[in-house]
Amino acid sequence: MATGYQFFHRHILDIGHLSADDIDHILNTAESLKEISDRSIKKVPTLRGKTIVNLFFEPSTRTRLSFEIAAKRMSGDTFNISASTSSATKGETLIDTARNIQAMRPDIIIMRHSFSGAPYMLTKYVDAAVINAGDGTHEHPSQALLDLMTVREHKGLLANLKVAIIGDIAHSRVAHSNISGFTKMGAQVFVHGPSTFIPVGLSQLGATVCSSLREAVQDADVVMTLRIQKERQNDPLLPSFREYAEQYGITSERASWAKPDALIMHPGPINRGIELMPDVADSSQSVILDQVTNGVAVRMALLYLVLSSEV
Amino acid sequence: MNTKSLLIRNGRIIDPANRVDQQGDLLVQDGCIAEPGGTLPADVREIDAAGCWVVPGLIDMHVHLREPGEEYKEDILSGTRAAAAGGFTGVACMPNTKPVNDCRAVTLMILQLAVKGDARVYPVGAISKNSDGTSLAEIGEMRQAGIVAVSDDGLPVRDSQLMRRAMEYSDDFGLVVISHSEEPSLSQGVMNEGVVSTRLGLRGIPTAAESIMVYREIALAEYTGKRVHIAHVSTAMSTDLIRSAKARGVRVTAETTPHYFTLTDEAVEGYNTNAKMNPPLRAEEDRQAIRLGLSDGTFDAIATDHAPHSILEKEVEFDLAMNGIIGLETSLPLSLALVRDGVIDEKRLVELMSLNPATILGLKAGTLSLGAVADITVINPDRAFCYSEDQVVSKSKNSPFLGWNLLGRAVYTIMGGRITHEIR
Repeated sequence: MATGYQFFHRHILDIGHLSADDIDHILNTAESLKEISDRSIKKVPTLRGKTIVNLFFEPSTRTRLSFEIAAKRMSGDTFNISASTSSATKGETLIDTARNIQAMRPDIIIMRHSFSGAPYMLTKYVDAAVINAGDGTHEHPSQALLDLMTVREHKGLLANLKVAIIGDIAHSRVAHSNISGFTKMGAQVFVHGPSTFIPVGLSQLGATVCSSLREAVQDADVVMTLRIQKERQNDPLLPSFREYAEQYGITSERASWAKPDALIMHPGPINRGIELMPDVADSSQSVILDQVTNGVAVRMALLYLVLSSEV
Repeated sequence: MNTKSLLIRNGRIIDPANRVDQQGDLLVQDGCIAEPGGTLPADVREIDAAGCWVVPGLIDMHVHLREPGEEYKEDILSGTRAAAAGGFTGVACMPNTKPVNDCRAVTLMILQLAVKGDARVYPVGAISKNSDGTSLAEIGEMRQAGIVAVSDDGLPVRDSQLMRRAMEYSDDFGLVVISHSEEPSLSQGVMNEGVVSTRLGLRGIPTAAESIMVYREIALAEYTGKRVHIAHVSTAMSTDLIRSAKARGVRVTAETTPHYFTLTDEAVEGYNTNAKMNPPLRAEEDRQAIRLGLSDGTFDAIATDHAPHSILEKEVEFDLAMNGIIGLETSLPLSLALVRDGVIDEKRLVELMSLNPATILGLKAGTLSLGAVADITVINPDRAFCYSEDQVVSKSKNSPFLGWNLLGRAVYTIMGGRITHEIR
């Protein structure tokens, strides 16, 4: 990392706006914060007096809990707003919701929304730092960062690794953030899935689209599978889950095409027996729960860093 | 001001209908183009047009004036003021108002409101009742009331039989069918499908959604021998289809818009809802193909698809934002850039923006013939301005060109001898 490096991001909206140095700095910070979660008293005063709002317009268990635990372990005051209880159902616009929350002077707003770009819009109407916790089919930057952290932890580095991402690339914000993040860190990303799941222009974004599962998985250092949906908004994407499992599901045999020490990853929640067979998900190569553990550390780092980069 | 005579001096008169492109003076008397020379009337007002082009009044054959029903976005008076400011003396307004212009009463109401407007308003009637795509509207009666074409614009006509019948029936009344060409099952997205939509995580609309329907319209026009006009063409493939249909003698005409020959889907970056319209901004190769189509005669007209929306429809999440941008005030400067870039010449510009729209719609306009109604636009091609929000004449400000430095604009717009817009 260049000397004199300084992290300066008021908002974390996508991976694209982060440099490789920024990502290294976030991962280093997360690694140093990780041990807090292993203490008997899991609390440091870093975010004492800071107000952190989880503004979730889409259901989420893992990500919301992860952000909340991250904030509380640093003594931040957290508040959860979910779509079912929010004014969105009363016809209030996103702008008005944002202005009202801003009027209560939060320091950080963590937002999940089913529309791509909604967190960008939020930044125009609030002074608080905004962290994107997943927007539509666009990005999920904290997920990619925890994936990068998990791989770096196990492999020691990210450069020149072969990362295979299998499944619904088109509709996965996790895939989009990971393609951006892994390629930025010098890894090679290979993707495969039925063509109905491969978006236009993917190769221009740095990923190699493979014509067979074998080509994607062969000698990979990381095999990441994605949760799939059979159809979306009347768009018929797959004949059946059964056929997907048969043609594209990661079985132990298919996993063996990768390097012997390859990592098996999944952003969760898993459709067991569809995109990932149970024996693979629970194998010694699986780092799926490490991803979840690291999620707390990465989110602690993000909360800390966006506030410390205040001018 | 109405009764005054005008002498427009020393301009470059460009009048393709009469094969005129020469320096000269133009006299307007009693609202019509008069013979110059002889004794000038005492009350004549002289307009110095040195360095300017004097052309038949510009006609935008595709606008949305929002009245009746959505006057908070635009009304006939504000829309025609914006038209005059952009150099237009006439606009054809699409029928997707509330209620839809699908009967004589609505047509007459629009025309009555337009009497006080600053541009001529040519109503387009609906193809189907309430534009719901099921049965034909009373096209003959609307023709008598004053419509100049029919369209269900804003929505595609899904039913091919209805489209066929509309082409046949409208032709009996001398009306062209204007097609909003879009295959609905393919166009569920919110922007062009391509690398930008993938990067932004926005649902894409493939170019095929347009070309499939363009080809259907061509097939129906070719089979029936009737006319069809393709609205707001955005893709390379549609352009090719229209070019080859014309070569076969199919009675098809087509328009494109300044945004399709100026912008690409990169303009959506940052989730800019002022770059959201339907059809969507396409890729660079489409933009280049559109420019080629303007240059080689595939396109007959430049129209704006002027679609005013308030901040209620635009300052929202990108997925929720309504489609459309305003265009009347930026169309001429953006089209003048085509002349500067060598894509088209001055004569062709006047054909695309005045003579051809008049011909397609059967209007007595688009020329500077002696005795013709004096609808005239005086263009200063070197007049620079910044299109800032406070300058916007339209009620709505939804333009992707806000803040652009533009070159060339109308300095006088004259409708029937009356000056509806001037910049000194």
